[in-house]
Amino acid sequence: MKRILDTGNAACALAVKAAKVDMVAAYPITPQTSVAEKLAAYIAEGEMDAKYLPVESEHSVMSAVSAAAAAGARTFTATSSQGLLYMHEILHYAAGGRLSLVMANVNRAICAPWCLYVDHQDAVSQRDTGWIQLFAATTQEIYDSVILAYKVTEEINIPVMVNYDGFLLSHSMMPFEIVDQEIIDGFLPPFSPAWRLHPQWGGTFGNVTPSDQYPPYRNSLAADIVKAGEIIEKNAREYQRLTGHWHGGLFDIYRPEGAEVFLLSMGSMAAEMELAVDILREEGVPAAGLRLRVFRPFPARELCRILPGGARLLVFDRNHAFGTGSGALLSEAKAALFDRKDVIKVTGQVMGLGGEDLPAAYLVQKAREMMGVLK
Amino acid sequence: MSVKIKDMPDIDYVLPGSAACAGCPSAIALRIVGKALGENAIMVMTPSCAVASIGLLPKSCYSIPVLNICFASAGASGGGLTLALDALYEKGRLQGEKPTVFTWIGDGGTYDIGLQGISAAAERNDDFIHFCYNNEAYSNTGVQRSGATPLHAVTTTTPLGKEVARKNVPLLMLEHRIPYMATASLAYPLDLYRKVEKAKSVKGFKYIEILSPCSPGWKFAASDTVELSKRAVKSGSWLLWEAEYGKLTLNNPTRLLAEGKTQPIPVEEYLKDQGRYARLLKHPQKEEYLAAIEAEIRRELTFMADRAKL
Repeated sequence: MKRILDTGNAACALAVKAAKVDMVAAYPITPQTSVAEKLAAYIAEGEMDAKYLPVESEHSVMSAVSAAAAAGARTFTATSSQGLLYMHEILHYAAGGRLSLVMANVNRAICAPWCLYVDHQDAVSQRDTGWIQLFAATTQEIYDSVILAYKVTEEINIPVMVNYDGFLLSHSMMPFEIVDQEIIDGFLPPFSPAWRLHPQWGGTFGNVTPSDQYPPYRNSLAADIVKAGEIIEKNAREYQRLTGHWHGGLFDIYRPEGAEVFLLSMGSMAAEMELAVDILREEGVPAAGLRLRVFRPFPARELCRILPGGARLLVFDRNHAFGTGSGALLSEAKAALFDRKDVIKVTGQVMGLGGEDLPAAYLVQKAREMMGVLK
Repeated sequence: MSVKIKDMPDIDYVLPGSAACAGCPSAIALRIVGKALGENAIMVMTPSCAVASIGLLPKSCYSIPVLNICFASAGASGGGLTLALDALYEKGRLQGEKPTVFTWIGDGGTYDIGLQGISAAAERNDDFIHFCYNNEAYSNTGVQRSGATPLHAVTTTTPLGKEVARKNVPLLMLEHRIPYMATASLAYPLDLYRKVEKAKSVKGFKYIEILSPCSPGWKFAASDTVELSKRAVKSGSWLLWEAEYGKLTLNNPTRLLAEGKTQPIPVEEYLKDQGRYARLLKHPQKEEYLAAIEAEIRRELTFMADRAKL
């Protein structure tokens, strides 16, 4: 294995190359662009044996990779923000069609007003499209999550979105380790689906469906995406065995020993949260960091298991769930903990929108405010 | 050398039991197209009559694999599919001959919601055939106007007749300078068959648009689909031509009309049996309107005759 210093977008592109994808389709949007540029260069220079389709919109990106995946190709695309929103219709199609797809979403705020910097509104807005959503917090985790995403999507035929924060992760240089190609090849054999859109297989895809036959398709997706949590964790363990890389299961827990106050967040702010936890611990607060790695399926059972009776859960949302008065993580956490509401107190705040800086001291201050609310 | 109808292969893309309306031009056209393309083909469809008539799952009236994807997706899905097949064949993960990829799309999916993606696929020169079966309206959803609906035609969203002219997408495609494109008519099946065979033999992006008179949409007898197709061509309302990399060739009978060797039939002969023009034909200014339509036909014939010289 080789350790290098590069950006999150570079790590993403290197992982896609290592995954030996057959086809890349992409449309440029800040801060995703350098992923597409690097992949176009790898393919043009023959470093990567794949085709590159320079499409004219994100709706077309998702239309192209969906058709390619139906034919049994391993594909990749990356987007951000408005681009993800523009894909929305085909995100539903891809998940409903049980297509194996991997996409990186470099999280960025959405308009209006325009803003180039990070928050999670783009991904959260796609919550109910049926995609699995992973959130990475380091360059190494971006690299490893892309590889893991292919393993997962090809095992359960549900598309996977790998999220990482725009600029904070996409453009920051961090050291990370590139896994040897033979190890990746062993972990991720060539994609060989049971059915392909092809005359040798026959059959049609996405037909008009009567009311009595439609629900089983949608209900099986709903059931299978809940099971995806176990499959993600199982494959993350296998990847750890092969590479030594481990970023946590569905949650990454920081300083769980004796913890009573849990600070829940996702993305790069969760890395900063570790410093906030250290400060709180120094002040005598039994705090722990709870970094959510899998936003979809939401790991409700694991959250219940992690939190001891008497725990306080402080939720830091980098998004709004409009109409609920809070963010999506708070809504999800409250729903997950409903049966334990007598013994666990929960509150949350929305912050860090549009790249608003979230230094540890600020997170500590917010944690204190939230603990005050729960008194 | 031209093919005779009796020499066409037995292959039939449209199986008995199709839910298409009687006289459906999409079904007629697809049967001819299938004979030219053969069994090793994959069809991409977006919402349209051809999807509505496929039959409910698990049944399909089409004998080849179909991808039923979203309305604006034709260009990108056709492009993504054909490029993925290239990758898989080159890597040896699929063996044999690469199937022909084609999109079978109405005028809504071509002229309106899908135009951006189709234009992009043409510019990229993606290796598939885009077919537009142009029935000049959103017939599937109950005959609403589209960008292909002609001037004066009544639809459910132009109840007084359309006030603006259709756009000319074949001309737009001509200026994309793609390897091959053609217009075609159900009244000239051998011409259509030849054009599809030609498109199949050419690598890159191909575009074939087939005028598709729609009995319920245009309000004429279901037995007259081919007759209406013929009158459209003979009146100069629909022109037959083909082009390679922007080099235009007019096909007969359009060429004879453009060269002034034959005269178009009066356009009223084409319009009179179409209920969608009933208002126009009863209008006090009918003669004035018909004269304007015929002047436009002459202008377009002249334009195409001159364009063919480039």
